[in-house]
Amino acid sequence: MAWSPVEAEARRAYGRLVALLASRSGDLAEAEDALADALLAALERWPASGIPANPQGWLLTVARRRSIDRARRRANADLAQAELVRMQEEAETAMNGDAAYPDQRLGLLLACAHPAIDDGARTPLMLQAVLGLTAERMAPAFLVSAAAMTKRLVRAKAKLAGAGVRFETPDPEALTDRLEPVLDAVYAAFTLSRGGEGDDSLQHEALWLGRLLAELAPGEPEAAGLLALMLFVSARPSPIRNDRYIPVSRQDPACWNGVLMTEAEKCLRRAGRFSRPGRFQLEAAIQAVHADRRRRPTTNWTAILKLYQGLLAIAPTIGSHVSRAAALAQSGQPVAAIQALDALDPDWVKAHQPYWATRAFALAAAGEHAQAADAYTRAAGLAEHPAVRAWLLSQRALHAN
Amino acid sequence: MQYMIMNYVPAAQADGTLDAQGDMDAWIAYTKAMVDAGVMRGGNALKPGTTATTVRLRDGRRDVHDGPYIDSKEELGGYFVIEVADLDEALQWAARNPAASYGAVEVRPIITA
Repeated sequence: MAWSPVEAEARRAYGRLVALLASRSGDLAEAEDALADALLAALERWPASGIPANPQGWLLTVARRRSIDRARRRANADLAQAELVRMQEEAETAMNGDAAYPDQRLGLLLACAHPAIDDGARTPLMLQAVLGLTAERMAPAFLVSAAAMTKRLVRAKAKLAGAGVRFETPDPEALTDRLEPVLDAVYAAFTLSRGGEGDDSLQHEALWLGRLLAELAPGEPEAAGLLALMLFVSARPSPIRNDRYIPVSRQDPACWNGVLMTEAEKCLRRAGRFSRPGRFQLEAAIQAVHADRRRRPTTNWTAILKLYQGLLAIAPTIGSHVSRAAALAQSGQPVAAIQALDALDPDWVKAHQPYWATRAFALAAAGEHAQAADAYTRAAGLAEHPAVRAWLLSQRALHAN
Repeated sequence: MQYMIMNYVPAAQADGTLDAQGDMDAWIAYTKAMVDAGVMRGGNALKPGTTATTVRLRDGRRDVHDGPYIDSKEELGGYFVIEVADLDEALQWAARNPAASYGAVEVRPIITA
């Protein structure tokens, strides 16, 4: 689901202001409180009134008014006074025109993915701080209740403020390392998608953050690599449409979005110029080879398998292992695929749906029909989407006697 | 941690009137996946709510009536007991439950000594 221009602009301005305020006070929760109402007001009013000439000044002014109201209700206006005066000054400067705000969003993203913050809280924290997404909106993608998500976010913000995490952009030399958990968290949001209609995934939001990171950290090839990877994947329609599942390998390249794929290829080439390969660049490169199917009918499996070798050397995740095995099976080496899958720790794969689907496919290709049927059953039992489950069960039926 | 996963299904489903074979394959696959993953500790499928009998004692008098305790469009169709690391993992299994897409799946921690 794409954003309207109004929503995109409101979120762009919102994130910059949260970053600006949080970088001064060190208190993310306070910065968000000040701006949350303003964001809602913008989403309500801008569609009718048009986007104001100075969206940030507009948001800051509304935030200021709401803060004064809140402070009056709390009747501890003294405490809030200094903050209000500061906001008022800023708002006036902003309304008067071309005040150049420093963009602190990179510092904000780095703080959200700080090692002091729990792995599970980093992604939602980022999406809320920079895009203003609510706990209710994000909770389903993370398979938790809205109340549990709210608790997680409150705890993480208290930790940020309490641990004195600085909202600042480090030196270029330190940036590469600090950026890694940020990229991981953005990709985590991207991969939460289950595909299919009414999907409550955060794919669009993750792509937005990916574009932002590539823009804010132009000297970091992995940021461009991550964006390229997400663009390649976004360029293909969801494998689940009209409640039917069609594997990506069987998609007609004619239905791929050529504009996004070209942008992805450009992005990947830009990253390549740094000669500093990384996990996301390699994954994007694998997608680039697959994307070539829109130009020629065959897939260069030799190139893909070589890229997987490089990927496993630096990021031996379960996903990479399984994807490499799938590539082996698809390129006519099902026995090698089964051996690669056998080599993985059984405890690691016992509830990993793609592992069992890939294993079933490889076993079927190797002519091991009984084992294939068994693996298809297990994969179907681990599937969440009914369309995927139905497809796996139909594959099983082909191999069961 | 042990959790009980309760499948609530539309009442018609418990009568076996909806796509019985496809549904049965999905339940077999789900059960197998839990057994093979080593998390399954028990469970049963229940006969339809129309076969239920509900008993109460009030002021020393017995009140017995046919039908499930809660009369609603969805009824308890069965349950599983699983042993997993935490609620996150239990909710993942709940999301895979076939009833999640046409009924509702309730997850409750089990009190252990």
